[in-house]
Amino acid sequence: MANLRRSAAAVHVGIPLWALGGALVIALVLPLLLKSFVVFQLTLVMVYSIAILGLNLLTGFNGQFSLGHSAFYAIGAYTAAILMDRWDVAYYWTLPVAGIACFIFGFLFGLPALRLEGIYLALATFALAVATPQILKFSLLEKFTGGVQGIVILKPDSPPGLPINADQWLYYFTLAVLIVMFAGAVNLVRGRTGRAMLAIREHPIAARLMGINTALYKSMTFGISGLYTGIAGALGAIAVQFVAPDSFTFLLSISLLVGLVIGGVGSIPGCIVGGLFVLFVPNLAEHVSKGLAGAVYGAILLLVIYLMPSGAAGFARLIWARAGSARFKSSVTEGRTP
Amino acid sequence: MTIRRRDFCVTAAAGLAFLNTPAWAQKKYDSGATDAEIKIGNINPYSGPASSYGAIGKTEAAYFTMLNEKGGINGRKINFISYDDGYSPPKAVEQARKLVESDEVLLVFQSLGTPSNSAIHKYMNSKKVPQLFVATGATKWGDPEHFPWTMGWQPNYQSEGRIYAKYILQNHPNSKIAVMYQNDDYGKDLLQGLKDGLGAKASMIVAQAPYETSDPTVDSQVVTLKASGADIFINVATPKFAAQAIRKVAEIGWKPTLNIVNNVANSIGSTLKPAGLDNSKGLVSTFYHKDASDPTWKDDPAMKAWSAFMDKYYPDGDKTSTHTVYGYAAAQTLEQVLKQCGDNLTRENVMKQAASLKDLQIGVMLPGIKINTGPRDFFPIEQMQMAKFTGERWELFGQIISGEVGGSSGS
Amino acid sequence: MELFLHQVLAGLATGGIYACMALAIVMIYQAIAHLNFAQGEMAMFSTFIAWQLLQWGLPFWIAFLAAAGIAFLGGVFIERVLFKPIHKAPVLSQIVAFIALFAILNSLAGFIWDFNIKTFPSPFGAKPLLGSGLISTHDAGMIALTVFLLVMLYGFFGYTRIGLAMRAAAAHPESARLVGIRVGWMTALGWGMAAAIGGVAGMMIAPIVFLEPNMMLGILLYGFAGAVVGGLSSPGGAVAGGFAVGVVENLAGTFIPYVGRELKLTIALVLIVAVLMIRPSGVFGRPVMTRV
Repeated sequence: MANLRRSAAAVHVGIPLWALGGALVIALVLPLLLKSFVVFQLTLVMVYSIAILGLNLLTGFNGQFSLGHSAFYAIGAYTAAILMDRWDVAYYWTLPVAGIACFIFGFLFGLPALRLEGIYLALATFALAVATPQILKFSLLEKFTGGVQGIVILKPDSPPGLPINADQWLYYFTLAVLIVMFAGAVNLVRGRTGRAMLAIREHPIAARLMGINTALYKSMTFGISGLYTGIAGALGAIAVQFVAPDSFTFLLSISLLVGLVIGGVGSIPGCIVGGLFVLFVPNLAEHVSKGLAGAVYGAILLLVIYLMPSGAAGFARLIWARAGSARFKSSVTEGRTP
Repeated sequence: MTIRRRDFCVTAAAGLAFLNTPAWAQKKYDSGATDAEIKIGNINPYSGPASSYGAIGKTEAAYFTMLNEKGGINGRKINFISYDDGYSPPKAVEQARKLVESDEVLLVFQSLGTPSNSAIHKYMNSKKVPQLFVATGATKWGDPEHFPWTMGWQPNYQSEGRIYAKYILQNHPNSKIAVMYQNDDYGKDLLQGLKDGLGAKASMIVAQAPYETSDPTVDSQVVTLKASGADIFINVATPKFAAQAIRKVAEIGWKPTLNIVNNVANSIGSTLKPAGLDNSKGLVSTFYHKDASDPTWKDDPAMKAWSAFMDKYYPDGDKTSTHTVYGYAAAQTLEQVLKQCGDNLTRENVMKQAASLKDLQIGVMLPGIKINTGPRDFFPIEQMQMAKFTGERWELFGQIISGEVGGSSGS
Repeated sequence: MELFLHQVLAGLATGGIYACMALAIVMIYQAIAHLNFAQGEMAMFSTFIAWQLLQWGLPFWIAFLAAAGIAFLGGVFIERVLFKPIHKAPVLSQIVAFIALFAILNSLAGFIWDFNIKTFPSPFGAKPLLGSGLISTHDAGMIALTVFLLVMLYGFFGYTRIGLAMRAAAAHPESARLVGIRVGWMTALGWGMAAAIGGVAGMMIAPIVFLEPNMMLGILLYGFAGAVVGGLSSPGGAVAGGFAVGVVENLAGTFIPYVGRELKLTIALVLIVAVLMIRPSGVFGRPVMTRV
């Protein structure tokens, strides 16, 4: 029971409104100050953050270990690419379509996955991630997927009249999507569904006894998780303007997992830290040493895990708690009410 | 009268000035080029599944270091900036944008891999930055009409496939063919060239077996191909898998009348030795550059120079790997292009000079193979020569063959 | 029929590789109850060490045993230095630590020994077994060694004091401590043994697939699949699972029309997942019981 309370407390993200507002202002102003290519990088950071949030909902909040999210990302990306390239659909319509497709796929995958726990579920999802590039290369599907050559997409231009370039427009578009999706996630986990998800994670049997339809919630969470990562995939495809089977290997799944843990499992704002880590730290490692970039990356990863075993969010919570207890102690010694 | 004389003087002065124009023939620069240096960008897979190709980037970096020690090109040092994309297209896009927008390079040279190059193809052309001598043999890089800023370098895979097809039609017109190929753009491209080259007789291919780079062995594929009853085996694979296949063919006692291994995997040191030199006897392949582990070129002056270069500037490099010879030759091609640019280092001129290579001979290429480009011919190397493996070395035979596939030459 | 037989045998030979790997994976799972992503890289690194020793002139079996020994010490070292500080951290964080280890080992190997393939000799020779072209002496030797290791492990865990102590430490650390078992060192021992077995697996595999830093990636995946399908609590099951994966994949690739050739891996994985649906703890695994 204490576990559940702590988890619930973790959900009530204690980020004060002023911090959120400040972050928003910075986010809005940044693309006007930075080079185009950095704006592009930040757009990708947001894309990965949304993808990690999808994984977080499933693994962090619902306790279902997934190594297969690169598959959802790929489905979202290819959906967007095929719609834009073959059927001339406008880029903003591809997002809901990708989302729905991935929701259905996630739900359908979640149903048989109900029987699997822990490592066995991990393997099943891992199998999905590994099989995805092979399916994408499959010659019978080549007409749609472009096979090994992939599909090239045109980047959407900024709407006429606005004094910003295409990169900045895409950044703002992605930012808007990010805010909507993050708000949706916060809403989800604070509500009944969220509490059900957490209950299932902490104590599935007790949850069932309390009347929670675990099967339905677990499958639905799979679906929602897929939806989030799928939409991220679609956005990613639009930003990179290219999809190919090689873009979606299981290494992507591993990256998302790393981002999840670094940001903080079960923390929604942590996903942004995760996205930043996944994009920038490999570059940093390469900068430090060309020949041993992988080793440097691994070393940084280990260091972060040692210092912050519960991720950035866990670390922040620790600092906040220490600050809070310090205030409590000082107020008590001075005889004030805390 | 006076006026006319004045006019005359003015006109004469102007005329003289006109004649003198070449002297002030300005140095023209685009970003990345200055009086002191030329910035060249490169994207290579130094990590990930294709990391063995990273040796190419390292060789090229070493070559430019050597050039700089000798004074650079036309007095300018080369600043070679190479980034890792891990063979991932999104990362390649990020690195390309970094090179163009942040490092502001003059051109991107030898970016490696078809997926990565496909990903940055449109971007490079829209930004009008040369995507020069891309390190992949895909056939689509020679399309100056639609993509004037992109140029390939090595003979493309479809040409190679056609060369094998022609050879088979001439020498083994009634045989059955079995093909093992890597299930990606390169493998499929070569297979396509083979099929196109066979034309109406494409039905000679009785079995084709793809493999993934994540497959541990290709034993199953070889077993299947043998069971098809084919007597020609074509090995479209990278060194590791080609070696496994060659060895397995011998192990299961299959003796095809013709055993072809593709250019990518014909190095004695990196493929044939691991496969077993005895097992490799009789193998047929195509070449456009010299194999460093082939005794034929032991005393060849160009290869000796290359060997000395490796010893001094890239001692960790593997001399038996084709990648090191390949990188060296590509770097020399770029050296020639930049030399031809002189002081006019605009991106447009770089492409112009790259498209004006006439009969360029590079020492480590096979004798007789020349690099030729033109405004409609963006395939620098189109010639190859066939060779047969004696058990010790590759014996070249026949004429130098010209590839026939490409945007400019039709089909 | 002949093709079928050949494919089955080829599948058994490849399956032997997976079985070897699966054994190492189960070994470490028994010790720490986690998936070790770095298992393959540890095996690869040990094999490179063996190769280096051979280059320096040591005879084969000395280099083999030395490399296995170094791997053992390496495993113990990794556990005591890298994983002890975080063993109280959440499961996912530990898995990310394994991923970090993977990246470090892979990069180091590429840096020290570069990425070109190297030959690794086989102690069993590479001739066809009994003169037939069906299976080579090395494949047979590898399968025999795997079975031998399996039997040794079975004996060790079931009948020796240390083996029982290790099992106790992994299953119930608190209770084990109460009866005087040094749990930390048992875990380290488990890591060491897993690393050594992994090293042996690598040295058996390298002659077939050629030694290079990326050689274990595909094998690790199949090894996991085999281990999970067989049941992670059963070393025998894992080995059987490895063989099964090899054979099934080959047969699927050869005999399923149209899609078999190109979707070999996908089909194998689908079948594995299907098996898991029917037996969620693996074919030979014991379902995990927890107190409610």
